[in-house]
Amino acid sequence: MSNVFVRYFNLMLITLVILSLFSFFLAYLFPGHPIENLTGVRLADISQLENSEFKYRSGESMLVQYWHYMSALFEGNWGKSFNSGLPLYDEITNVLPASIELSSYALFLSVLVGIPLGFLAAMKHHKFTDYSLLSVSVLGYSIPVFWLALLVILIFSLQLGWFPLSGRISLFYEIPKVTGFIMLDIFLSEIEDKQAAVNNVIRHSILPTLSIALVTTTLIIRITRRSVIETMNTEFIQAAFARGLSTRQVLFRHGIRNALMPIFPLLAMQFTTLLTNAMIVETIFSWPGIGNWLIQAIYHQDYPAIRAGMLAVSALVVIFTMSIDLTIRLMDPKRRRLKRAAI
Amino acid sequence: MSCEKLIHSENEKDGIIYCSEGSPSNFNPQLDTSGTTVDASSHQIYDRLLDFDPVSGDIAPALATSWLISDDGKTYTFQLRKTVNFHSISTFTPTRTFNADDVLFSFNRWRIPTHPYHDISGGQYPYTDSLGLARLIKDIKRLNGYRVEITLHKRESSFLANLATDFAIIMSAEYAEKLVARNQMELIDHQPVGTGPYKLMDFYPDRYIRYSKHQEYWREIELTNKLIFDITPSSSLRLAKLLTSECDVIALPAHSEVEVIRQQQSLVLNEKPGLNVGFWAFNTSKPPFNNPKVRKALSMAIDRNALIEAIYFDSAIPARNLVPPTSWAYQSDIKTVSYNPIAAKKLLREQGIEEGFSMTIWAMPVERPYNPNALKMAELMQSYLLQVGINVNIVSYDWSTFRNFLTQGLHDSVLIGWSADNGDPDNFYRPLLSCDSIKSGTNRAMWCSKEYDQIINQALQFDDINERIYFYSKANEYLAEKMPILPIAHASQYQAYRKPIKGLVINPYGGIKFGGVKKH
Repeated sequence: MSNVFVRYFNLMLITLVILSLFSFFLAYLFPGHPIENLTGVRLADISQLENSEFKYRSGESMLVQYWHYMSALFEGNWGKSFNSGLPLYDEITNVLPASIELSSYALFLSVLVGIPLGFLAAMKHHKFTDYSLLSVSVLGYSIPVFWLALLVILIFSLQLGWFPLSGRISLFYEIPKVTGFIMLDIFLSEIEDKQAAVNNVIRHSILPTLSIALVTTTLIIRITRRSVIETMNTEFIQAAFARGLSTRQVLFRHGIRNALMPIFPLLAMQFTTLLTNAMIVETIFSWPGIGNWLIQAIYHQDYPAIRAGMLAVSALVVIFTMSIDLTIRLMDPKRRRLKRAAI
Repeated sequence: MSCEKLIHSENEKDGIIYCSEGSPSNFNPQLDTSGTTVDASSHQIYDRLLDFDPVSGDIAPALATSWLISDDGKTYTFQLRKTVNFHSISTFTPTRTFNADDVLFSFNRWRIPTHPYHDISGGQYPYTDSLGLARLIKDIKRLNGYRVEITLHKRESSFLANLATDFAIIMSAEYAEKLVARNQMELIDHQPVGTGPYKLMDFYPDRYIRYSKHQEYWREIELTNKLIFDITPSSSLRLAKLLTSECDVIALPAHSEVEVIRQQQSLVLNEKPGLNVGFWAFNTSKPPFNNPKVRKALSMAIDRNALIEAIYFDSAIPARNLVPPTSWAYQSDIKTVSYNPIAAKKLLREQGIEEGFSMTIWAMPVERPYNPNALKMAELMQSYLLQVGINVNIVSYDWSTFRNFLTQGLHDSVLIGWSADNGDPDNFYRPLLSCDSIKSGTNRAMWCSKEYDQIINQALQFDDINERIYFYSKANEYLAEKMPILPIAHASQYQAYRKPIKGLVINPYGGIKFGGVKKH
């Protein structure tokens, strides 16, 4: 077992090192002076700075520079944004939770809707309900996220005026940042009307959550349906039927538990897809997350921000995927890899 | 809890959200003439000695209650208002009210190069530099705590108007001293202290600016508890947020969206002929654009009426002079070039510009009232100039780089413009084309003419409008002949807000004012 652990850890470490190397060389590949791209301080100011504050040694060999770059990264000194002049570490820890929050809402909603519908489709296998659910899920899966987002804005914000179309809370509420997760921050804050603030956050979250949850929901319907059909065809289920249990009894006593076991790891893997979709939807809903922030950075040619943002997102995705994969491996060692990743 | 209450809590009633178009570079309009900085600071955080009445355009008392001008027009004595409180912010609590020291500090900062604060935040004061105000003022004296005397080297009739512009703000001298002691002098422009109706609470670049009411504001006007600038660069998103009432007021509605706003029952659209000009400036320091005939020929190749239709959606009028028709220096009978590609081609060949000559048109990357879409305009002009055998490359950078490169004179020609800061025509003639304004970066034509400078300086020697008109018409003729820039349009100015907002007026002389605005 420890063998597996070491192998995964090594793989993760190597991937992260390659990512950090890539981000380091981005500073050289981007236009402008590498030191500017690394520190985010414009050259006129740099001459006034001593090397002590920014440890990048431009005179020395690449390897030494990389070493200093890495040690600065671990100290939380990620450079500054060209655009806002704020430290990138602060900026990213500000925006990343917002994206994770949005993805979590969407994952929660998808599971809540997708699993019951998947069960329904499987139980009505090859019947009208099954076929209509399947075709709806194909349709849902095929709709581009950004188009759906624009569509819901058009209908629910501009035409009906039910929901706001930008941000995650009205600017009238001043919520001091503690964790970066707005719901938590509201509970930690000392504002007067917490209920109103929470309502406001919910109203802001509904449309973006719906837009990204759709694709994941359709995926979950399909995963669940297949798993349930497989489970229902196994011999122990047939035996349960033979003992004279009703369909209802079979499903609740044996079916659900055995069908859900292989689904959960697949659900966790959806989180990275969600995060990607969330980044797209953020720009449309002006959600203050990492996707929106990165697009702004690209728009302003804010090279230090692009570099750090890319590293933060890819490292998060790598670490998350690897940890889930490892957990599954530890929980369920007998399944083969391919089977786990299939949808 | 009713549904209505769920959606609009009490919290939202005592605040106004203004969707602005960008982040200010700092909170001191002395340092930056861009409209974004002015909107975020000038009328919210600060007051001036004098103000313009937004309706009549007359100069009205503000921090100065009255003023006296000596007979030779060189000495101005201002009586200052008493019991005017400065903002109290988390890092500074004022111990005294506004007095003459604050006036001296605020003016001496840009006036005297050896002033300890002069070089803080770059040491560039584009507005006052372009008008040469520092050289004009001989001395500023404190007569007593509430009386200040300003002496000028020579008579200048636009002086009072300049003191009422968005840039002549009054800052706190006491705060400045505190910052010197703490060795944090640059904070004066980022955590400002003024006497204005709102004080700055929080600024997050590209997201928001929060202000709160100045409890002891000296003017008896209605103020809202919270004023929030929601920074939204895209104009269509601003309009969408206005429709969903996420914004109460929006900055710069696009000319193409004006019709949509008019049709909405819940919105109000204010319109006024703007005091602005959009133009095409030639870099006259570079050959062949130093040749007036080449400039004239290029101007003749452009159909300006078609540009106005396509870019401004008919919400602008074609420009004949530098100044718009609302200014008294406007001349309707001036001879301007008209669209004539054949004559243009002929004139170009005579001046030695052959078929296939290539030049750049720089198109500004941001929307401005005077030019809502410079990039599209440049593309249209590209096709017009191709007809006379000139290849055009369109150049654009992000806004701050763009302006930086323009000041260095890297362009061949540029599409840009100017919004007036006060009602005096001098505000167009001097900052745009005088020799002084090349260095301060407002003279985009890099044009320096001794004759022209002499004419516009002479105009300032007189207080009588009729006498000044004589000089400005001479200037107009001179410009029509030399053509350092081709004036294109004077665009109407719009302001859109939701019905519950009361008291918001269009300020033709620059920045938006939220003092006296309230949501009902």
